[in-house]
Amino acid sequence: MTFPSTSSADAVIAVTGLSRCFGSKLALDEVSLFVPRGSVFGLVGENGAGKTTLIKHILGLLKAESGSVRVFGKNPVADPVGVLSHVGYLSEHRDLPAWMRVDQLLCYTRAFYPGWDPHYAEQLREQFGLDPAARVKTLSQGQQAKAGLLIALAFRPELLLLDEPSSGLDPVVRRDILEAIIRTVADEGRTVLFSSHLLDEVERVSDQLAMIHHGRLVLCGRLDEIKESHRRLVLRFDSPQTALPSMKQALSIRGSGREWTVLCNGERNALCASLQQLGARVVDEQIPSLDEIFVAHAGRKAGEAESSTALS
Amino acid sequence: MQINISAKEGAPIYQQIVNQVKYLVASGRLATGEEIPPIRALAEQLTINPNTVARAYLELERAGVVTKRHGAGTYVSESGSPLARRERVRILTRRIDALLAEAINMGIELDEIVDLLRERHAPLQTRSGK
Repeated sequence: MTFPSTSSADAVIAVTGLSRCFGSKLALDEVSLFVPRGSVFGLVGENGAGKTTLIKHILGLLKAESGSVRVFGKNPVADPVGVLSHVGYLSEHRDLPAWMRVDQLLCYTRAFYPGWDPHYAEQLREQFGLDPAARVKTLSQGQQAKAGLLIALAFRPELLLLDEPSSGLDPVVRRDILEAIIRTVADEGRTVLFSSHLLDEVERVSDQLAMIHHGRLVLCGRLDEIKESHRRLVLRFDSPQTALPSMKQALSIRGSGREWTVLCNGERNALCASLQQLGARVVDEQIPSLDEIFVAHAGRKAGEAESSTALS
Repeated sequence: MQINISAKEGAPIYQQIVNQVKYLVASGRLATGEEIPPIRALAEQLTINPNTVARAYLELERAGVVTKRHGAGTYVSESGSPLARRERVRILTRRIDALLAEAINMGIELDEIVDLLRERHAPLQTRSGK
């Protein structure tokens, strides 16, 4: 499946036709996406949708069964050093060596990265309020996330990959992480890809978005284009309706009696024509929130998704 | 500059910034010639993508609300007044629409509304005339 609003030109990450099975379960199904340089790319989807599996392919931790993955134009499985030396990564589990002290952790990580910037590392450590003598295992969840973020940032990577960076964290630490993402792209025009199920934070910081559902991309493109192609129409009928017929342009239909709400993607005019035939008047038309868009797409059955994925 | 971003609102974030800056200019909370925050500062203040702020500023510049001075920041346009007037009319129109909708629901006729407006307006008139 291809999406017209992104192209492979100047893509930091290029994933084409990637599929992956775990046993009989299809974890990724023909996924293609391109992450442009300098963008903040938000990857959203329910738990188990395939976000982490996709990120592991980008890191070269999993080998593509079919399709291809290129990062900076290189294959991350064949050339791990060429790729990973430019990628800062924070995993969902933030698996840092528990027995190390913070200063040892910095020293240890520094050895792997020629581009490590000790002044920047020190500046981040102070900003995050991390005690150099504290052992990693004694740090709170939030402090461990900050320590993980510090070592992902301190060598000024060209690409920052964050897997559910703010899951289970309080709002203050979440804000620190979001600010780090913003500074990373603002300062140096670097690229960030992060996965999240917190749609309001995705909407705030990302400019590109991919929505993954049961291993398939259901939406992919510029965030503002995705938002502006969706509409929420509020309808009034002259007489109460018990149900509305399913319409192929409608992603979701809900309501009761005389007032119904329909969410559509890019086919507003065709939808309005069918609605008029049903005797409905459109009394309100708004751009829905990302939350509503997500729920509408995730709520559809897998087979239905096919016809509605292309953006207008 | 006080901007509130809400993800619950459907409008894209850049659009929310554009609307609110226009509102601030139209209502006089931002004066002509006043500097608005640099892109990066506003992005960090609101924790949003700097590209989004850049897009909002570009739209505001195209609309003539703000002017970029080369290497010296972004300022509310001196010539912002015709737009500000249009924007004021737009804001007021929305309020009037809401008022009319409510009046119609209550079964109040237009003449009655106009009389009521005059009545409410009179004391304000003498006060501002002093």
